[in-house]
Amino acid sequence: MTAMLRLDNISAGYGSFQALFDVSLTVDAGEAIAVIGPNGAGKTTLLRAISKLIPVTQGDLSMEGVRYNDIAAHEVISMGIAQVPEGRRLFPRLSVEENLRMGAFIPAARGHFDERLEFVYSLFPRMKERRLQLAGTMSGGEQQMCAIGRALMSGPKLLLLDEPSAGLAPVIVQSIFELVKRIRAEGYTVLIVEQNIQQVLKVVDRAYLLETGRIRMSGPAAELLASDEIRRAYLGIA
Amino acid sequence: MDQIFDIFFLEAVLNGLLLGGLLALLALGLNLVFGVIDVVWICYAELIMFGMYAIWWLHAQGGLPLWLAFPAGVLFVAVLGALLHHLVIRPVLSAEPINQMLVTGGVLFFLQALATVIFGVEFRNLGVRLPGVSFGEMNVSLARMIAFGVAVAAIGATYLFLSRTYLGTAIRAISQDRGIMPLMGVNPSKIYLTTSALGGAMAGLAACLLVLQYDVHPAIGLSFGPITFMICVLGGLGNLIGGFVAAFLFAQFISVGGFFFQLEWGYVLAFAFFIVMMFWKPEGILSKRR
Amino acid sequence: MNSRIVAFILFAAMLLVPLTGVGKYPLHLMVTGLLWAFIYTSWSIMGRLGLVSLGHGAFLGVGAYTVVLLWNLWGISPWIGTIAAVLITVVLAFIIGYPCFRFRIVGHYFALVTLALSEVVRLVIVGLREQTGGSLGITPKSALTDGVTASLSAMQFSSKVVWFYIMLACWVGALLVWRAVDRSMRRMALEAISEDEDAASSIGVDVNRTKMVITLISATMTCLGGVLYAQYQLYINPETVSGIGISLQMVFGVIAGGMFVMLGPTVGAVFLLVLSEGLRIFIGHDIHGLDTTIYGLMLILFIIYMPKGILGAALEKFGARAPGSR
Repeated sequence: MTAMLRLDNISAGYGSFQALFDVSLTVDAGEAIAVIGPNGAGKTTLLRAISKLIPVTQGDLSMEGVRYNDIAAHEVISMGIAQVPEGRRLFPRLSVEENLRMGAFIPAARGHFDERLEFVYSLFPRMKERRLQLAGTMSGGEQQMCAIGRALMSGPKLLLLDEPSAGLAPVIVQSIFELVKRIRAEGYTVLIVEQNIQQVLKVVDRAYLLETGRIRMSGPAAELLASDEIRRAYLGIA
Repeated sequence: MDQIFDIFFLEAVLNGLLLGGLLALLALGLNLVFGVIDVVWICYAELIMFGMYAIWWLHAQGGLPLWLAFPAGVLFVAVLGALLHHLVIRPVLSAEPINQMLVTGGVLFFLQALATVIFGVEFRNLGVRLPGVSFGEMNVSLARMIAFGVAVAAIGATYLFLSRTYLGTAIRAISQDRGIMPLMGVNPSKIYLTTSALGGAMAGLAACLLVLQYDVHPAIGLSFGPITFMICVLGGLGNLIGGFVAAFLFAQFISVGGFFFQLEWGYVLAFAFFIVMMFWKPEGILSKRR
Repeated sequence: MNSRIVAFILFAAMLLVPLTGVGKYPLHLMVTGLLWAFIYTSWSIMGRLGLVSLGHGAFLGVGAYTVVLLWNLWGISPWIGTIAAVLITVVLAFIIGYPCFRFRIVGHYFALVTLALSEVVRLVIVGLREQTGGSLGITPKSALTDGVTASLSAMQFSSKVVWFYIMLACWVGALLVWRAVDRSMRRMALEAISEDEDAASSIGVDVNRTKMVITLISATMTCLGGVLYAQYQLYINPETVSGIGISLQMVFGVIAGGMFVMLGPTVGAVFLLVLSEGLRIFIGHDIHGLDTTIYGLMLILFIIYMPKGILGAALEKFGARAPGSR
């Protein structure tokens, strides 16, 4: 079975500084995958490489069997890969609805704008209430919802989430991961990068452990959650 | 006696209003480019000057009817704007901001000199005489009124474009967060080029309106270039609304000041006002771009 | 040590040049070169610390027109006129500088505000057309009648040799001021300021006062340049000594030569002079404006391809890191 997203021996970095070494992973259609690891492990770099925001120096990126190393960054979304970047990165002086409109910028998505907008508002009723509010004036949790909604507006096949829980209060974090479950139920394939190992492993099928730019472990989520190594190093359980 | 004084004063105010519309259009183009690309086109007025020459050449020399020459002029300067960005500004986008300003300063020299080479230093007139219009005792030039109307319409159209279309929203978005634009499928270089063409188009439109009222010569840019910069700074560089308001304010100073004294003193007065504002409300100048 | 000896030899050579019987035209070029080197160096004292002014034409114009007007209208000696010019310059520099520094108006804004200032000075000159002759320009009344070749009180000298030594002295003075500013404690503070104002403030450096002083020095020197220009050329008009054109030219000259090196502006002045004279000679007035077109084109190319300037690029190539460059 061909994987949806496939990374083969990816190396990437920033100029002379290499952040990813020989990283391989797959995401099958309908799956929810997590990439976990400590700060500075290269998790955000990984997502940037997938979205081609940074160049890949070695290895192959393929989506649905098609190698896409050579396309431009702004063409990645047309392959069906949408990213919710770290820190939300909403356009602060655009309204909620304008942010969502930006998500539907690609020509293929414009025709479906109205129906997708309805869908996003059904997922996030609060967004509908605040549709004309400037995005920069919302709370962290609301911004996260809006950012996820914006990514959904392009009708992606694969949704990348970069540390969706970062900087949010625990109660909000709960609701974010509930959201991820709901999105999964709608049929989206999801790749989440997270530091909050406990929460994310409860929501995904499989996970990869990324440490200092290399994949150290991988397997079903339950397995990783139960593994001694993870429990000791990251969950503070002896 | 008093009544006549009032009428002429009112006429000056009215002329100031009409001038304000035109200046607001100029400010809009400059602010748009700065707000999106973070570069000040020091040669902005010279682009307009070339547009004026183009229209003059097409109509007065080439016999092309005005309703064709004007759109051609707008298109011409739009292309100039895109070329300016692509050839001159793109190579220095990663350099110091002052270099970006200076390179457009170089273009200012270049365009002025080129115009001298091609067209000579004589004043060129479009040869179109539009009548004056009377409101009671006041006389206002029709050309001015048309300019005002067109400018306001263009500003309105730009507002609608920026707020209602995908491309317009992207143009507003890119100045707020350039890094994630590719994630939305937006090519930042294309947006910059489009914005430059748009800024050029506005300059081209301004050229159409100005060539109806004034003769063109290579140094004409000096007449309204610096005042446009002052307006944009006062309204907040990149602040589209601020520039709009400041334009009308300055126009009143120029018109009314020029009414009481010679023309130059109107500008000096506007600048003095600007200095006062700088001392009094510097946040107005510092307000971040929208 | 070697470079010091070379510099000394070169300087001695310069001192002796006029005595070699070189012709009037070359001498004129050298005088003009030294004058612009003086003016450009004055600008760069501000420019190299991040205070990029596009309006130094204002100070140049004030210097030139104040002395000429006071002399022509009321017979006031240019020496007194210079004092008046400097006073006006200081006031103008303060009016612009104080709010800008106090409210942290920097970068684009600062540049445009200064640009506006120079334009306003130009407009005032033109507006006072009855006194100044407007765009037609003005000439100081000659004190060199009846065979008199020099008048100290009128600051007029017919001999280019005399002017050569005057300009040479002023140029050296400018370099000394440049170096003094460079070396003073403020330099360390200001490099910190240009990196991080808040950090600099926290170590007790009065950022604004320092910026203001630098601005006043630069403006005053430029004003003096204007005085020298008027007294030497004996003809000034608003476009050549004030306004955006000359202001931009000053900046270009410094950039072309190298902003962060002491002799950079001088190299720039020489380069621009050679360029404009060369173009004028070879292309000249056959096609009016062609020389300036090429001039403008070269300036664009310079900014794009040689932003460190001639001297800066040369220094880099030969290993020495241009001091103070970021």
